[in-house]
This record gives sequence, structure tokens and C-alpha cells, in this order.
Amino acid sequence: MLFLFILLLSLLAQFFLPWWSIAVVCFGAAFLKARYGGQAFLAGFGAIAVTWLGAALFWHVVTDGLLSTRVAAMLTINSPWLLMAATALVGGVVGGLSALSGFYVRRAVV
Amino acid sequence: MKWVRAILATLLTLALVYALNRTFGIVPALGPFLSPYEGFWRSGSDDDFTSEELTLAGLKAPVQVRFDSLRVPHIFAQNDHDLYFAQGYLTAKDRLWQMEFMTHAAAGRLSELIGEQTLEMDRYQRRIGMVASARKSLEKMQADPQSKAVMDAYTAGVNAYIDQLSPRDYPFEYKLLHYAPEPWTTLKIALLLKMLAQDMTGYSDDLRMTNTLRKYGPAVVKDLFPNYPFREEPIVPAGTPTNFTPLPIPPSPAEFMAGMASHTLERQKPENLGSNNWAITGARTANGYPLLASDPHLNLSLPSIWHVVQLHAPGINTYGVIIPGAPGVGIGFNERIAWGMTNVGADVLDWYEIRFKDQKRQEYWHDNQWKPVRRVVEKINVKGGETLLDTVLYTHHGPVAYLPNEEPLRSGNTPTGHALRWTAHDTQNELKTLILVNRAANYQDFRKALTTWAAPAFNFVFADARNIAIVSNGLFPLKWQEQGKFLLDGSNPAHDWHGWIPMDQVPQVLNPQRGFVSSANQTPVSPKDYPYYLGSSFAGYERSARINQRLAAMTQATPDSFRLMQMDNYSFVPRNVLPTMLKLLDQPALSEKQQKVYQTLASWNYQFDADKIPPSLFEEWWQRLAHAIWVDDFPQDKFKAPTRDRLVQMILAEPNARWYDDVTTPQKETLPQLVNRTFKQIADSLGTEGDQLKWGTAKNSNIRHMAQLPGFGEKLFSGGSANSINALNGSHGPSWRMVVQMGPQVQAWGVYPGGQSGNPGSRFYDNLLNDWQSGKLHQLLFLRSAADRPATTSVQWTLKQH
Repeated sequence: MLFLFILLLSLLAQFFLPWWSIAVVCFGAAFLKARYGGQAFLAGFGAIAVTWLGAALFWHVVTDGLLSTRVAAMLTINSPWLLMAATALVGGVVGGLSALSGFYVRRAVV
Repeated sequence: MKWVRAILATLLTLALVYALNRTFGIVPALGPFLSPYEGFWRSGSDDDFTSEELTLAGLKAPVQVRFDSLRVPHIFAQNDHDLYFAQGYLTAKDRLWQMEFMTHAAAGRLSELIGEQTLEMDRYQRRIGMVASARKSLEKMQADPQSKAVMDAYTAGVNAYIDQLSPRDYPFEYKLLHYAPEPWTTLKIALLLKMLAQDMTGYSDDLRMTNTLRKYGPAVVKDLFPNYPFREEPIVPAGTPTNFTPLPIPPSPAEFMAGMASHTLERQKPENLGSNNWAITGARTANGYPLLASDPHLNLSLPSIWHVVQLHAPGINTYGVIIPGAPGVGIGFNERIAWGMTNVGADVLDWYEIRFKDQKRQEYWHDNQWKPVRRVVEKINVKGGETLLDTVLYTHHGPVAYLPNEEPLRSGNTPTGHALRWTAHDTQNELKTLILVNRAANYQDFRKALTTWAAPAFNFVFADARNIAIVSNGLFPLKWQEQGKFLLDGSNPAHDWHGWIPMDQVPQVLNPQRGFVSSANQTPVSPKDYPYYLGSSFAGYERSARINQRLAAMTQATPDSFRLMQMDNYSFVPRNVLPTMLKLLDQPALSEKQQKVYQTLASWNYQFDADKIPPSLFEEWWQRLAHAIWVDDFPQDKFKAPTRDRLVQMILAEPNARWYDDVTTPQKETLPQLVNRTFKQIADSLGTEGDQLKWGTAKNSNIRHMAQLPGFGEKLFSGGSANSINALNGSHGPSWRMVVQMGPQVQAWGVYPGGQSGNPGSRFYDNLLNDWQSGKLHQLLFLRSAADRPATTSVQWTLKQH
């Protein structure tokens, strides 16, 4: 539930707001809905990782991977797929950590 | 406990978001950079390439833009304002980051984007007065209503594009470096023109020549550094009479020798790098009309140096290339004429030794009195650091680039405590020249347009349906013989520049007897045929000799003859010197392996082809031999070694010159000893790996991204050499190859290493690179009207006024 909630809300937010809106969404959603710390982290991590992975994959395919291949070479990882994994990981960690924070703050307040 | 946990987690989240939202040195801001909703992932798309209608505030009437298969925009406007507005808009769409980056570099503002690494580069730009002179030029350009209108319209067009961008639409490089485009200004156009002048003329040998003069005296300097080369084919054919009354030449003042300037040299100005252009008369072409070719050589980079465009409005229909960020067409053609440029390379930058009154440096000595020093404070903003204030001292000569206690950036060229006098500081309206050339209908119009072109001086080649011409045009200081060959005396008014060579007296030739005109940066005119001193270190004669040799043999020239010529890899350097070098080898003493190398070189046809091995062997041998001869007498950190031309002359005709001896050893070396020793060195160092020795690999040519980003450039495998017509050498080479056939219907062909788009994720970023390498030219689609040949373009934009 929480996973889906974050997924949809963050997707909506990211079409209009800067990237860090994912932290706000995850924090708020976990604050309202999370029941366990682990659940909050996993839902935040998973939802953001999925939105980032999906979008990265989408752009990679529609742009024939021209740019992602160059960026991967620039960052010396040489594989756009590795770059995609790193992208999902960065988004996921931000999502997970902010969701966990939201849950902890809720626990502290209530 | 709960609170501690909550606060810790929240702080950690905030710290993470903060850290990901900023750059650390060369590490990009990973959050916005990696996010596929705003970061680099979406920069790759090649969108907007379908027919559409756009509404743009600022247009006066609708504009039609037709894109051809190379994605070249053909702009059809109803008035000049809309024409240049649309050009600004479309150039920004393709090249916004590049145009802004170049102007930041010119203005000494890279540190704002990159940080401390570029601080010294920025300081150098400020010290040589780039922004100050751009401002002065801008004033001059804006005083002319037509130039002002063109600049304003173009600027408005660029800004119309910038204004509609949201951060997620920014070009890739903005996302990588984490900054936003700023509004375009007319000053940036002036800066681009100054940058062109700097690239072409911002060099000098004065300091190293002065060191040489002090060490060896005038007789040696006269012998080793002649004002006119041993072999030369001047642009104006020898013996061409002048038909003007020259101005009196300023008298040479009493001899002056500046103080020894002691700096470690970084590198010498590369010899023989420049451009080619030529034209042949209609009597010697297959279709009876003149043919013209132009290929400017520059430091190749991606995004491409040039942007291709066709501009059509009442009174103008022109096609060609221009540096993104400047309005109009720089090298190209219209319905009546075609033109191209090569660098002249005259001595238009001199250094004056400045004597300050005291350490406060508020006054300097000139014309027997103390004169005040003007101080200008330059503010350099540094990314992630403090703003740096730098005071630049100005004399009437120009800015004092470096003071005695400072470490200069290009220490070989920039003497400390010396003021810079440079034509880039003199204002003229180069933009006006482009505006008028683009509209010129004949040679008279063309020459009239050139009168406002000051810097950099170019050899302008010209052709129309009947005439061919070449003019070495620009602002040349009126000098006494050898003025500025060495450091000048900043206190003696006789050393000041004394006016200019009149624009109608610059070297020029119209329809010469020989039936062709050409230039390859060589001496414009023999001193026997010309009263004024232009300088003494022009490019070597080899490229021009090859061009002239081929043109002289043509009787039924076609555009394809010119295409093949542009790809010619032959070089006169080995032809002139290699047989002598081989003759000096002591053959019986050669090992079997050395014999093989000898045979390889002896059977070479002097073509620097990519898949051949002799060019690699010769280049290596020749460089080593030159080094062995000169390094003891002219160590590179302080002295300029004599030119290749002088060295060839010495090897051919002066077997006993004192310079062969290595003065650091007790015994006396001779030319044959050096030739044999260096030959054996290269022959013995050869491994068995043949592919590494192929010239295309050995010369290690590549084309880099303008910001040197790894992964954003390409390796090249191509023939040619610095002294071949196909002058690809290292990363320096033909940046645009154009062939134009004149006649009732002008036809043209062209190619450049890259593509129209500056987006490294676009197909059009480097789609022409392979064709350029293999020597293919594309026919350039030159449309007569908005409705001409509709089938040739599939994408059409309509730009509508608001």
C-alpha cells in the first residue's frame, strides 16, 4: 500500500517539481501511513528506485542510449546498464532514508 | 531516545539531499544529474524534429524554416529583423551551451562554472584586455544602425529560446556542471569576434627572439631568422606590380635591445598550422565558370566549431558556416559570389618594455616624461571560492599583462613588465563586413565590405561568375623594417605604432595571369613587390607549393578535382630533405633491420596516408634530427629555434654550419654524424607491431569535446600532415571543407567534422564525422525561395509572431 502510494505520488511530484521532492513525498507518506521502520525504508527505497529505473530505461531506449553510453564512459563505468543501476540506487537511498525519517518523526511526535 | 532517532535520521536525510544537490570539484550534483525526470537521461532525446508551428514574441512577420536531411535550417524571413531573430533562436536551439561557454572563456569567466582550475586562464584573459576591447568594439558596432539592428535581433532570438527553457530542458553540459544559462547579450557577440582574433593572432615570438639577439648578436639573427624565407610562393604572385603611392615608412630608430626575459617556455607556437583557400578562373574549369574552395584549419572540437545555415530575406540569400553565437554567414556563398578565409599571420601583436617610476607603479616613462598608469580592477568569481580581485595596469600602449614579480601563464610569449599592443584592441566593425559580404553582388561590393574588417586579418578569397581574387585584408600597423620582431622600447615614442597601412593598399590580386589564386598562410607578398613590413614569421611554403602545383596543372577543373585536392596528403617537406638525409647515411654500416627501414623510406612517395608506415618513420626521424641540431644552441625554454625552412636550407647547402656541433660535448659533431645517429635511434627502437606504426594511428589524431569530457569525443584515423593540403595534425585540421561552383546557378558542396547539433546524445552531434574522414562532400542545398524544390526538405517550421 505504502509502496504504491509513494510510487504514484512521487511520480506526480517529479513531473512538476525538482528531484528532491521525492524526499518530501517519502517523508510525508511514511509519516502518515508507515507502520514499521523496515516497511517505511523498503517502500521508499523500492518506489523511488522503480520510478527512477523505469524512467531511465524509458529515456535510454527512446534515445538509443547514445548519451547514456557517453556518460557511462565519462564516469569510467563504461556500461549504461550499470549507470542505470547506480541511478536507481541513488534515488532509492534518498527515498528509503527520507521515508524512514518520516516514520521516526511520527513515532517521536505521537 | 525516540527524538534522538528521529532527529538523526532527518538530519542524515537532509545532509544526503544537500550533498546530492551540489557539485564537489569535478563530481556533478548527482541528485539532479541522475534523476531521469530532470537530469541527463532526458537530454539525449532528439525531439523537435517534426514539422510544427511556434509562436515567438518578438517576430514582426511569419518566418518559414525548412530543415534538410543534414538538419541545416534554411530560414526564409520577410525582413532582416526576423531573419536574424530566427537565426539566433535556431542557433541557440542547437548550440546554446557551446556559445555561452565560448564567451565565458573569452571573457575570463570559466572559473564561475568550473572553479579554481581555470583561474589562471581567466586571469590571462583579463590581463590581455579581452573584455575591455570587446566593450569598445561593441560601442563601435552599435554606432552603425544596421549592425546594431542585426545584433539586437539575433540577441532577442537567442533569448526567446532561453526564456522558454525550464531547467529540465537545459542542454546536457549545464546539468553536468550544474548551472543555468544567462541571458544572451550583444557584448557576447563582440567577445566571440575578439576570441577569433585571439585564436588567430594572439601569439608572439618577441621575447624568445630578444633572448636570441642578446645571446648571438645581430649577424646570427640575420642569418638564421631571415625576414623572407629561402623558399616561398607568396600569395600575390612574385612580380605583380602595385598601383598605389605608398605612405612614407616610419624611420627605423637607433638600435634597442631589451633586457633578457627569463621564463621557462611551455610550448612554441605550432609551426605551419593554418588554412587553405583557392579559386580557379572559368577558362580552366569544365563548365566555364570559376570554382572556389576553402578549408579553415582549427583546433577541432565537438560540438562542431561551425553551424551551417541558409539565410533568405529581401536583399539577401546566403549559405555557409558561422561560429555559433555570431549573426550572419562567415564562410560561404550567395547567388552571385563565394568567399573563404585563411589567417594572414602578420605581426600585429607587440610587447613594450615598461619602465615604472617606482614600486607603486603609478607612473611610467614615455617620451621623456612620467605618464600616469590607469588601473582597472577585474573581478573574477570562482565557483565554490572567494571572488578574486585583480588589478590590471594600462599604459597608452595597452595593458601590462604581467609584472616582474609574477609568474606568467604562457611564459614563453608574455614578458613580465611589458605592455601589450595588439590589433584586437583597435575597434572596427567586423560584423558590418559579414552583413555586407553576405549581400555583395560583385567584387566592388566585396572590397567595400572588407574595409571595416580589422582583426583578425584574413586572406579573403573571392569568386563570382567572371572574376577570382584574393585580398590579405585587415588592420596592419605601419611599421619600420622588423618593428616588433623583438621586444620594443616602451619609453621611446619612435617605437610606438605609427598608423595603419591603408585598406586599399593591402596585398591583393585580381584575375592574375596564372589563372588561379590561393593562400595557405604563407607570406602574402614578396618584399620586392610591396613597400610595407608585415612581419617575418609566416607559415612555411610547402602547403601553398602543393596547392599551386596542382592548380597550375588543371585545365578542366570540376568540383571533384577540388574535393580530391582538399584530401591531398602529399608533403613537400620530405621531398625536399629526405633524399639528402638518406644520402648522408653510411649504408655499409647499417644493420639488416636498419637497411629495411632505409628501403622503406627510400621507396616512399611522400604521401602522408593513414595506412602507410614511412610517414611515421620520417616524422620521427626529422623531429629528432631537428632537435639534435638545435637543442644545445636554442634550448626551448628561452629561445626560438630557426624555422623548418631555414633548417632545410642549412642541411641542403651548408654542410659545415657551426650549429651541427653539440656545444655541450668536447668533441665536434657533424651533420652526417647526427643524421646517422638519429636514424639508428629510430630504426632500432622499432618493434614488430606494424599497426602502431601506421601513420593514422601513430599521429594520434582525435577530436575532443570542448570541455575535454572523456567519452564525448572521437578518435580519428586519417591521413594528412601539418604541411599537406589535408592538414590534419594532432587535433588540428580542416574544420570545414567547402567547394563552390560559380555560374548562373551557384552549386556548392561541403562537410565538417561533427554535425549541426551540440547535443552529445543527438545523431546530429557527429553524423558527418565519417564522411569528413573519408573525404566525402555533401551537396549543399541552396534554395532560391521558400517554395523552391519542396521535396528536398521534409521538416518545416513556421515561426509566428505573438
